[in-house]
Amino acid sequence: MNSIISDIRETARQLLADGKVDVVIGYEKGSLPLKATPCFVRSPQDADKLIWDETCENNLAAFATKTAGKKAIVAKGCDSRALVVLMQENQLVKDDLYVIGVSCQGVIDKKKIEAETGEILEAIIAEGKLSVKGIACDKEFNFIDVKDATCQTCRYPNPVIEDIHIGGSVEVPQQTVAFADVIEMENRTDSERQAYFQEQMKKCIRCYACRNACPMCYCSECFVDCNSPKWLTGGVDRAENLLFQAGRVLHLAGRCVDCGACSRACPQGVDIRALNRKLTKDVSEMYHHEAGISEEVKPALNVYSADDPEAFLVKE
Amino acid sequence: MIMAESQVNVSQPETNEFKPKIAAFLCNWCSYAGADLAGVGRIQYPASIRTIRVPCSGRINPLYVLKAMANGADGVLVSGCHPGDCHYISGNYVARRKFALIQSLLKHVGLEEGRVNFSWVSAAEGGRFAEVVKGVTERVTALGPNNGVFKVADGGGTDE
Repeated sequence: MNSIISDIRETARQLLADGKVDVVIGYEKGSLPLKATPCFVRSPQDADKLIWDETCENNLAAFATKTAGKKAIVAKGCDSRALVVLMQENQLVKDDLYVIGVSCQGVIDKKKIEAETGEILEAIIAEGKLSVKGIACDKEFNFIDVKDATCQTCRYPNPVIEDIHIGGSVEVPQQTVAFADVIEMENRTDSERQAYFQEQMKKCIRCYACRNACPMCYCSECFVDCNSPKWLTGGVDRAENLLFQAGRVLHLAGRCVDCGACSRACPQGVDIRALNRKLTKDVSEMYHHEAGISEEVKPALNVYSADDPEAFLVKE
Repeated sequence: MIMAESQVNVSQPETNEFKPKIAAFLCNWCSYAGADLAGVGRIQYPASIRTIRVPCSGRINPLYVLKAMANGADGVLVSGCHPGDCHYISGNYVARRKFALIQSLLKHVGLEEGRVNFSWVSAAEGGRFAEVVKGVTERVTALGPNNGVFKVADGGGTDE
């Protein structure tokens, strides 16, 4: 057991014993290999359930709004950014929140491993290596190779807000080109992009796992569940899936913290991130706003400037 | 809307030529009044738009635009007051940020340019309103029918 885990447990135990918080939201070992599951610790003796490793992939900020009372929350860089946005939007009260900040090396993309080994039966993580026993074959992986796509371009591995920091901090990797993935997509022709997104939307089964995993999707009634007006039929249709995804992405414009929880939650491997990243890039270029970096700044779509770009207007 | 449809039948004989259906979301205070002025001034423009009056361009939900296309509209026109002239002071400024992002996202997912159009038309610009509708109709006609990026096969089933 490394010192980060024992420090997290000790902090949680102390917070609960002192009565500073009612619940500590962290991760515990899941029932499947390479899967951590969110864990709600309410008594000091349960604090030993908490873990921390490269499988802690959920964005726990998604649970912060749904958990009543004073809560401590184990937060990676992206989780902390989500907490900032939730506070900006008055979904969380700062006094009710205790952020246990942990720097994050990135999380594992289980789908990449399963593509090679089949269903994972057993896995051991040690020293940046993974030995996986799969149903099809056994294999060793370098952690770098199976890191989630979001984490590979992560610019905020260290929490932006925290009440206590546990473990060391992670050096922010220098990026040569920001949004290289989006630029690559923009450089394709319209018909290529259309074909790409149609292919992606064909896979979507509209299970709404992306919405449920997203810390920013907290509407009490989502537009997809709305009966009047009925935005979507019950059926699954490529065009309608795009309507859902585009509608969701537009709701997240200027709010998405690029944690990748939607893509990791997707059972069909839909490239949801490609849409979110595009709007993140647009918001950053047009309105110079990055979500969840500072509590003082207002979200991009809540404010305006008299000289916002107008290139989208008709020419008449 | 009924007026517009009946005019199609009266002034233009039935042909196989493609006549687009365009959903036009017009702000009550400027563009709707602009359209009204075009009517009062007897300025001719194509009867391709189906007007939907909204209180302010800030009231436009991105889903309106997407849903119009899901239900089979060949084009969409969204029009509000010029920046600075909003009846509610800042509705169109806030809308402007949304519109820019909608336009950019739609292009990214492969919707043809010109199918969704945004414009500012004031209550005094009856002539310009006619010009905008002419321009939009020409572009959408050139693009042809809604190609189905957003068109849902049984989208009619969600009509309220």
